[in-house]
Amino acid sequence: MNHAPRSAPSSPRPGTLRRARRRSTQFEFLLGLLSQGKAVFGIVILVIFLVVALFAPLIAPGDPSRLVARQNQPPSAQHWLGTTGQGQDVFTQVVRGSRVSLAVGFTVGFLITVLGLVVGMTAGYLGGMADGLINVFTNVFLIIPSLPLLITLASFLPPGILTITFVLTVTSWAWPARVFRSQTLSLREKDFVSASVVSGEGTPRILFSEILPNMMSLVVSSFFGNVIYAIGADVGLAFLGFENVTTVSWGTMLYWAQNNSALLQGAWWTFVPPGVCIALVAFGTTLLIYAVDEVTNPRLRNEKEITLVLKKFGIASRRATPVLRKPAA
Amino acid sequence: MKYLLRHIGLYLVAAWASLTLNFLLPRTMPGDPVTALIGRMRGRFSPAQIQALRVAYGFTNAPLWQQYLQYLSHALRGDFGLSISDYPAKVSTIISTALMWTVLLGVVVLLLGFLAGTVLGVIVAWWRGSFLDSILPGLFNFIGSFPYFFLAMLALFFLGFTLKWFPMSHAYADSLSPGWSWAFVGSVLLHLVMPAGTVILVSVGGWLVGMRSTMVAVLAEDYIIMAEAKGLPQWQIMFQYAMRNAILPNFTQFGMSVGFILGGQILTEIVFSYPGLGFYLVRAVTAHDYPLMQALFLMITLAILAANLIVDLLYVRLDPRVRTT
Repeated sequence: MNHAPRSAPSSPRPGTLRRARRRSTQFEFLLGLLSQGKAVFGIVILVIFLVVALFAPLIAPGDPSRLVARQNQPPSAQHWLGTTGQGQDVFTQVVRGSRVSLAVGFTVGFLITVLGLVVGMTAGYLGGMADGLINVFTNVFLIIPSLPLLITLASFLPPGILTITFVLTVTSWAWPARVFRSQTLSLREKDFVSASVVSGEGTPRILFSEILPNMMSLVVSSFFGNVIYAIGADVGLAFLGFENVTTVSWGTMLYWAQNNSALLQGAWWTFVPPGVCIALVAFGTTLLIYAVDEVTNPRLRNEKEITLVLKKFGIASRRATPVLRKPAA
Repeated sequence: MKYLLRHIGLYLVAAWASLTLNFLLPRTMPGDPVTALIGRMRGRFSPAQIQALRVAYGFTNAPLWQQYLQYLSHALRGDFGLSISDYPAKVSTIISTALMWTVLLGVVVLLLGFLAGTVLGVIVAWWRGSFLDSILPGLFNFIGSFPYFFLAMLALFFLGFTLKWFPMSHAYADSLSPGWSWAFVGSVLLHLVMPAGTVILVSVGGWLVGMRSTMVAVLAEDYIIMAEAKGLPQWQIMFQYAMRNAILPNFTQFGMSVGFILGGQILTEIVFSYPGLGFYLVRAVTAHDYPLMQALFLMITLAILAANLIVDLLYVRLDPRVRTT
């Protein structure tokens, strides 16, 4: 992990030293991230979608649900992505729909990361009976399939974005909790934690300023993973009609495409754009996760460098172990 | 043995939890199945009949714990009452055929997806740095970014509707009657191609990337260098030495992903009108058919628990270390 353990209290002005060191590691982290094609590509995709979502009413003005033309018109100069089975403009809907899908995705992703952190760190740090109980609870939630549970829960509540956010948060915190628990367990055994226990630091301080900063990269990649999951689950639920079907989102667009049997009328332009947008957001986020992993995990970086070196010297990499042979005389 | 017992204990707790959830949900939320049924029949019931219905569905005025015990004993006997949308068909008969199709689709998807991903992962790790290695993980990651059901819609539109290569819905041709004839089995297989294929395509990437990274770690071990020094053939080192150890983390992942993939399969079933548990679950939800919905939720949970148990049993066979502890 990136952060150096806290400097010894006897060193001169420990505060400034620590701050300086932390800033430099953060800078290195960013630099490492930006030196990777993967990360830049992922960030660019994400930023484009976030900007579009933010300025949606400027990019595609007008009411997205308004009927503007004949139904199921193919893409044309006037309607860039054609019209839906009800005669709405697909381009306007895709742009405006990005707001709901991304908002739900990022909100739920944030909520379950925080919830997972609280549960996982509590269990991992306390250990003993508390850990045992929380762990059984987490595992039960993990093993009960989330989508059927989501569907069953959502069917009892009024359809809408709030319901989806609530139901998704309640059912999906278990996976991050498990990840954070095991990381806390392993960090708790490290010397710098024992040192701060001995020096008399309180539990909250140990948890938040000793353990948490040291698993920050895991928290970041877990957050992005949770966002991908949340966007997918939101779209799935909306596709089944659990979102208010009059709101415009990528999920409800797919719902209407399915229910107006757009497929059977050959209107591919009504369901391909929202789906491709979802996939692009998920793909960009996945790339970002890989890049974060590669920057923070030296083993992955080494492996890549070794492969590059082998390639450069033309040593066959089609073997279990690279073998150097003396060139035949 | 301890490992297995601990896991079986966990599954029992999970099964009990979903049973209890099933019991509590309709009783704490507004609206109950009997009111829904009465609404459906538009007041053609006398008060005595309504009371009889309440007894039949277990929604009496008895104390909650009595209802709970009665519910548990019914559930253990596999008696989930009568369907509301298909009144008076028994829920258990609807479920049994749906379960068969879901299990068929699920087994095909999980086995083929895992096999393909693992083998591709080994090959990519073997040829690391090659063209294949730079293309395959990224490609499958991209395909894996699509929601299961969206890829299903794409396949349905392009392969089913436009090109007419594969049938677009149901589990077998409507003109055939189920039986062990060549025509029927062939039709089932043909109807399986698109639902199974799309789920496999989405899930392969995860196995592939996981397998590749563990393979690369295992290939750095000393015993691999030893095997190479002994002059063993490459395929033997790859498949008998490295893969056997590298497959373990992937296999643990397999157990955890079963629920996720079967969940995605539910949506795929809807796109293809494949008559499995997911298809009926959504139909039950839209028809407010609570008894059917609860039984389906329970069935899906139990199916996933069973799949996890099988994975555990196999894991004990694969990894001798868990047998001794």
